[in-house]
Amino acid sequence: MNSSTLRLWNITKVGLKAISRNKMRSSLTMLGIVIGVACVIAMVAVGSGASKAIQANINALGSNFIMIFPGASTTGGARIFTGQSTLTADDASALKVECPAVRYVSAGVRTGGQIVAAELNWGTQIMGSDVEWPLIREWNLSQGEFFTEAEVKAGAKAVVLGQTVVDNLFPNGEAVGQIVRIKNVPFRVIGVLEQKGGNQMGQDQDDTAVVPYTTAMKRLMGTPRIGIIYVSAVAPDRVSEAMEQIDGVLRQRQRIPPGGDANFMMRSQEEIASSASQMSKTLSTLLGSVAAISLLVGGIGIMNIMLVSVTERTREIGVRMAIGAKGRHVLLQFLFEAIALSIAGGLIGVLLGAGVSKLIAKFAGWPVDVSMGSVLLAFGFSAAIGIFFGFYPARKASMLDPIDALRYE
Amino acid sequence: MRDHVIETRDLVKVYQMGDTEVRALAGVSLVIGQGELVAIMGASGSGKSTLMNILGCLDRPTSGTYLLDGVDVSGLDRNARADVRNSKIGFVFQSFNLLARTSTLENVELPLLYSESTLQQRERHERARAAIARVGLDGREGHYPSQLSGGQQQRVAIARSLINDPAIILADEPTGNLDSVTSEEIMALFQELNDNGKTIILITHEHDIAQHAKRIVHVKDGRILSDERHEQVRVRGTR
Repeated sequence: MNSSTLRLWNITKVGLKAISRNKMRSSLTMLGIVIGVACVIAMVAVGSGASKAIQANINALGSNFIMIFPGASTTGGARIFTGQSTLTADDASALKVECPAVRYVSAGVRTGGQIVAAELNWGTQIMGSDVEWPLIREWNLSQGEFFTEAEVKAGAKAVVLGQTVVDNLFPNGEAVGQIVRIKNVPFRVIGVLEQKGGNQMGQDQDDTAVVPYTTAMKRLMGTPRIGIIYVSAVAPDRVSEAMEQIDGVLRQRQRIPPGGDANFMMRSQEEIASSASQMSKTLSTLLGSVAAISLLVGGIGIMNIMLVSVTERTREIGVRMAIGAKGRHVLLQFLFEAIALSIAGGLIGVLLGAGVSKLIAKFAGWPVDVSMGSVLLAFGFSAAIGIFFGFYPARKASMLDPIDALRYE
Repeated sequence: MRDHVIETRDLVKVYQMGDTEVRALAGVSLVIGQGELVAIMGASGSGKSTLMNILGCLDRPTSGTYLLDGVDVSGLDRNARADVRNSKIGFVFQSFNLLARTSTLENVELPLLYSESTLQQRERHERARAAIARVGLDGREGHYPSQLSGGQQQRVAIARSLINDPAIILADEPTGNLDSVTSEEIMALFQELNDNGKTIILITHEHDIAQHAKRIVHVKDGRILSDERHEQVRVRGTR
């Protein structure tokens, strides 16, 4: 070691010794940083856990997924959504034939209703769909089977139940083969959907019952038009291509001139995903910035204590200067002390934050995700805070006049 | 000329106190030779503290020159003066000024921390132990200042002042906080160091203490009032 690195090392040790000599104060000073860093880690973990969960839910919908809704229509110059659907089952089958980028298509209607099974009943969402619907939603059956094309054509009174409905109507689990009544129409239970959990809005996706759309339109709703078309593209990267083709076909069928306002709307999984992830990003940012403020407050705490420490140790500074310490030696000593405090606080904070995240995951049941990025960020930030907030007190110490400092009582 | 450790010419120090100028030193010329034991005496306000600060390179004169060990140090900046203090001057203070909660060994080693030398830790310990032995505190290397008596603390401070083998030892009221018996012991130590060739400057207002020096310089109103050599009063070493 040459003389300057040796000296640097020795001065570092002086700073570290000062911390160990004043354990109580050092630990209280660190506490601010510890809490700040732990907050950042835990909050970011909660935020990114939430966003991952949302992402996973959305992916569970199927990544090639496109929904087509009837939209506003223009009648005599007035643009209005009449509530009257503009889509028909023929539109749905035309998409299947005419759009090469589309793989599966299912017409759909949605209504609500009470399902009665013997003495139990349960109000749920009733879905009318076509046979390809489970393929589009990437949703398998846990028991029984889905209805066939023949059953759809015939308007069969067959129903596939979601797990929540089964739990409420058939507590013993034996649902397949049973008869339930929906709006006084008897349906035979032919299958049960796999459990899927809540969606990104927190809705229970398993609280549903699926019947052939033909049956739903005729028997349950009495409408000639469908309420939605579910489509899946042949591949995730061909979603926008599929949407263009759908747009073209539907405009032609609905006789809407190019550039005119469409009377239908499309939403793709990607759009839903991006709006949901936008939402969760905002949440993460909010949580993170609240936590960052506490880290900042911790930094101010360090500055405060270092200022007190400089005043308290004025005489020590005077002695050191009298025996040959230069301004920069004193500056480095106090700066190292502040940095060491904040880094130690940062380390403890990282551990605490990870621990708190685990506890949140365990007791609140929220998904958390402690990312390496947030650890590094919080850690680097705390070191930077040490330098930033340690510099002013250290500089103040280094500017002291040795004569005044020696005389300081 | 090497036997002149300190040579000052017309040292003037003026402090600006608002609108008024205070002339703390009004032209001090002083020559101190190698191996002298000099007491600088004066009442408070006489300018002796200012003189000590300048001789100790803690401050610099408004005008005049100061040669320390043959080098003009009157115009040096802060950092250069810190180096001079580190290598050429050993300070002993009235209130000992040891670092609290720091062992004797570490306190004595402290000046080495800031010196240009490249001593390894082992060598630093060796030198510090030698200095501690020289002031008669062997075996107390691990003690903290709070575990030592006032006289022992001042011995630690003297050991610290010796560690870099400085050209002068500047002792500012070294016995001011000690009882008379301990004061005598400390003065005996200074005399012994002086006998071995150390140049020592005592700043004091106590006549009894000044009598232990070989030469007494009286300062009043920023000037040297008298400068006389006399028969020093020897103290019997009682350590």
